Amino acid sequence: MRLSRFVFPVAASLGFGFLYIPILILVVYSFNASKLVTVWGGLSTQWYVELFRDPQILDAAKLSFQIAAISATLALALGLAAAITLVRFEWFRGRTWLTGMVAAPLVMPEVITGLSLLLLFVALDNLFGWPSGRGVTTIILAHTTFGMAFVAVIIQARLRGMDRTLEEAAMDLGARPLVVFFTITIPTIAPALVAAWLLAFTLSLDDLVIASFVSGPGSSTLPMVVFSKVRLGISPDINALATLMILIVGLGGAVGFWQMRRAMRRR
Amino acid sequence: MRSKRLFQSIAGRQWVAWIPTVWLLTFFLVPFLVVLKISLSESAIAMPPYQPIVQWLEGGLAEIRLNFGNYLFLIDDPLYLASYGESVRIALVSTLVTLFIGYPMAHVIAMAPEPRRTLLLILVILPFWTSFLLRVYAWIAILKSNGLLNAVLLNLGLISEPLVILQTDLAVYLGIAYTYLPFMVLPLYAALSKLDRTLLEAAEDLGATPWVSFWTVTLPLTLPGIFAGSLLVFVPAIGEFVIPALLGGNDTLMIGKVLWNEFFANRDWPIASAVAIIMLCLIVGPLMWLSRLQSRAERA
Repeated sequence: MRLSRFVFPVAASLGFGFLYIPILILVVYSFNASKLVTVWGGLSTQWYVELFRDPQILDAAKLSFQIAAISATLALALGLAAAITLVRFEWFRGRTWLTGMVAAPLVMPEVITGLSLLLLFVALDNLFGWPSGRGVTTIILAHTTFGMAFVAVIIQARLRGMDRTLEEAAMDLGARPLVVFFTITIPTIAPALVAAWLLAFTLSLDDLVIASFVSGPGSSTLPMVVFSKVRLGISPDINALATLMILIVGLGGAVGFWQMRRAMRRR
Repeated sequence: MRSKRLFQSIAGRQWVAWIPTVWLLTFFLVPFLVVLKISLSESAIAMPPYQPIVQWLEGGLAEIRLNFGNYLFLIDDPLYLASYGESVRIALVSTLVTLFIGYPMAHVIAMAPEPRRTLLLILVILPFWTSFLLRVYAWIAILKSNGLLNAVLLNLGLISEPLVILQTDLAVYLGIAYTYLPFMVLPLYAALSKLDRTLLEAAEDLGATPWVSFWTVTLPLTLPGIFAGSLLVFVPAIGEFVIPALLGGNDTLMIGKVLWNEFFANRDWPIASAVAIIMLCLIVGPLMWLSRLQSRAERA
């Protein structure tokens, strides 16, 4: 099989290179003393120093982390409820609607989601006086909505693949449903819950388009600040910011792989 | 059948089902109706910058003014039609590029033994967890005329003057393929890992060359994965804003950018809404196809 021995592996290696070379370049050039990408000016950490001295970036980062933490938590609760409904509540009459509404936000172009949420918030504000004005609250509501869709998809997959015999055994031994849920179901799907929360957190932290639509004056998130900087051209302190993010995500990935390997060995 | 009763006996099970449903109805479905409504109103210099559709007159009379002018304006102006066409074309080309890069990767991952398979899967997903904006930004430094790619090619003597890639459609294809690659690889991987290998062995035993068995066995059997992955890339790519804004040129007309400019630069909310409604009509077909594929995959 020359195809799967040679052609595909070579093409796949190129693909992985395509994925990682730009990231590698970001990391390397965050330590470049020169401002120009084509000139290597020697090792330097000056862009990191500059990054941590920029009050605009620091404030935006703080705000983004707060928004991400709150909306990821809300998204986890709502997404978990949606996933349970879809996998286990066959009696639920709104199932078809819920299925569609959970899947659609994943592929909906962000400009449409952003515009439609903004117009909703303006209409609600006019009708009920809530949410008054645009700002942190509206960003949290928006991020919770698209975050819960991702959460629901992840948890749904885990619930479908879950071994139900433990739950049934506990029930046979007389445990009440809520007790079963909190002592067996939740611990069993805990890794999926963690992954889902982290994904919702990351997506919120990363969102530029939707936040731009629904944010108000004084509530610029980190991506909004980064975008306005990047639009003016390359700025090396953004490389430093990217490297820090990559470092955190890379560590997370390594821990995830290590955990999975351990779980597989135990089996 | 005890397990079915597990949640049915929770008193609050109705709440569990209805809260996320009502939330999504309010914050996902109803907003589209608001967009539809605003797209039928006239723009005004006010805050919010549009006129109400329903006006209450004396004696309990209501006057409803529907303005189809926004749609007529969009259809009349070749700029808008062209940008819809361009968005579809750019999304289509980018999807093909992504498929071309993603298929071999998914194939190699699906055929790899554990634990290498998990490691490769994590490697594909990992970039998706880092900032989308920063991954697009990384390409500016590579593609610009005094960027890395040109520096390397010039030094190797492969070109004599810098290539213009940044601010062209090519940069947009690359950017979309780069950022959406995991969405393509994962469904392809799911399809390829379910592939019955005995069919390939049978084809080989009957004398088929690897290429023939790939074209006649592997590819047809993984078509659902190809379609699912392609739709997951194609649909969001149509409305993409960040990539054409950062990597595309001024003449790269994509509808997401047009909507953004109507909203933020021109502050014309009704026109922006009409642009969004037409874009929605464009993606409804692919969306329904995708959901059919997914529900079929779930049943299998």
